[in-house]
Amino acid sequence: MSAAHPAAVTAATVRELVAAVPDPEVPVLSIDDLGVLRDVAVDSAGHVTVTITPTYSGCPAMDAITDDIRTRLGAAGHGDAEVRLVLSPAWSTDQMSEEGRRKLLDYGIAPPSGRAAVRGGGAGPVPLTLTVRCPQCGSPDTRELSRFGSTACKALWQCQTCREPFDRFKEH
Amino acid sequence: MSQPAAAPPPTRDPRISYEAGMYALRLGDDALVLAQRMGEWIASAPQLEEDVALANIALDQLGQARNLLTYAGSLLPGGDGEPRSEDDLTYLRDERDFVNVQLVELADGGDFGRCMARLLVFSSWQRELYGALVDSADPTLSAVAAKAVKEVHYHRDHATQWVLRLGDGTPKSHRRMQGALDEVWPYVEELFEPDPVTESLVAGGVAVDPAALRRPVLDYVSDALQRATLEVPTATVRHGGGRRGIHTEAMGHLLAELQHVARSHPGAVW
Repeated sequence: MSAAHPAAVTAATVRELVAAVPDPEVPVLSIDDLGVLRDVAVDSAGHVTVTITPTYSGCPAMDAITDDIRTRLGAAGHGDAEVRLVLSPAWSTDQMSEEGRRKLLDYGIAPPSGRAAVRGGGAGPVPLTLTVRCPQCGSPDTRELSRFGSTACKALWQCQTCREPFDRFKEH
Repeated sequence: MSQPAAAPPPTRDPRISYEAGMYALRLGDDALVLAQRMGEWIASAPQLEEDVALANIALDQLGQARNLLTYAGSLLPGGDGEPRSEDDLTYLRDERDFVNVQLVELADGGDFGRCMARLLVFSSWQRELYGALVDSADPTLSAVAAKAVKEVHYHRDHATQWVLRLGDGTPKSHRRMQGALDEVWPYVEELFEPDPVTESLVAGGVAVDPAALRRPVLDYVSDALQRATLEVPTATVRHGGGRRGIHTEAMGHLLAELQHVARSHPGAVW
């Protein structure tokens, strides 16, 4: 089988191929930014295995992400690549990269703090978040309009200063 | 629905496998049936934000159901010895084969108070259940629980906020919220009943003892009700039997809607 694969296939080169796959619901983020891409492995025969993890149990984007990964790998000659879904360890917004947080903010979505574990996540009482800054004007004077938003991972907020509503990526 | 393939379960005692499958089926049916009930509210909730909230909660429940039913199907093969898919289990079983508690199948009848009364009790139960199941000796159940616990914590918080607002609101909202709790209450004790099928799994550290959940769940709910100026109801009747496949009249109607298309067009894909 190895003859069918391009020469010098390494986990790093394959990772480069799939890391840029966008999240279909927040396309400004790649699956690597989001922390959904867990592992890329290439065995001695050149067979590729990509491991991903869902954000929320019911995240409807996983099927689209899986298809995108298969398509990209297929185009690069890895038609027999395997995409594995793992649940453990559970995804958290703490796994989002710094780059991902910056991209979200530029896109107009208030990013998570990166300290969901410190704040208790789901394990303790849900803490009040006092410092969600408006991604448009930077004002800290904001309020939650709805605890649930347009996708499982977001809540709807509004800035009291510039009056713009905005999405907030929930701490999870 | 098509879930990417789960890792094959490790080889183990067939009896333990069967019981773990039955356990996953119970928890999966609970989540599936609640997802269907919550989904009924989409476009009918009291405000647009609530349509979105209930849809999101339903989606989390559906995701938990998919993980649990996929696992159950891998441990409970069909007559041909092949694993059963989440779709097989969802669309092709009859009412008596569903093993969810009756609480999740109750129809809301358009009563938002009843929806929130049920969600408060059930998400409090799921929160304690998954919180304990994280330590399960079964790695798949532990992994599903570790994801789900954060989700149901958020659901419980949402239900708590509504119960506080309605209970401690106007005289009318108080009366209706209390009435909804009274209607839901006869179905609460079933959550804590021992289940002979999964008893040995409790001893083996795979499943959570339902009786052990009673105190933390009722403590949380009682505290929320007290803050909402509501009374903890005292149920005069006690319903149950869901784990043995005994369901209320509402269940058949729910399954008819859930399964109709899949059964009328067997094998159809789109």
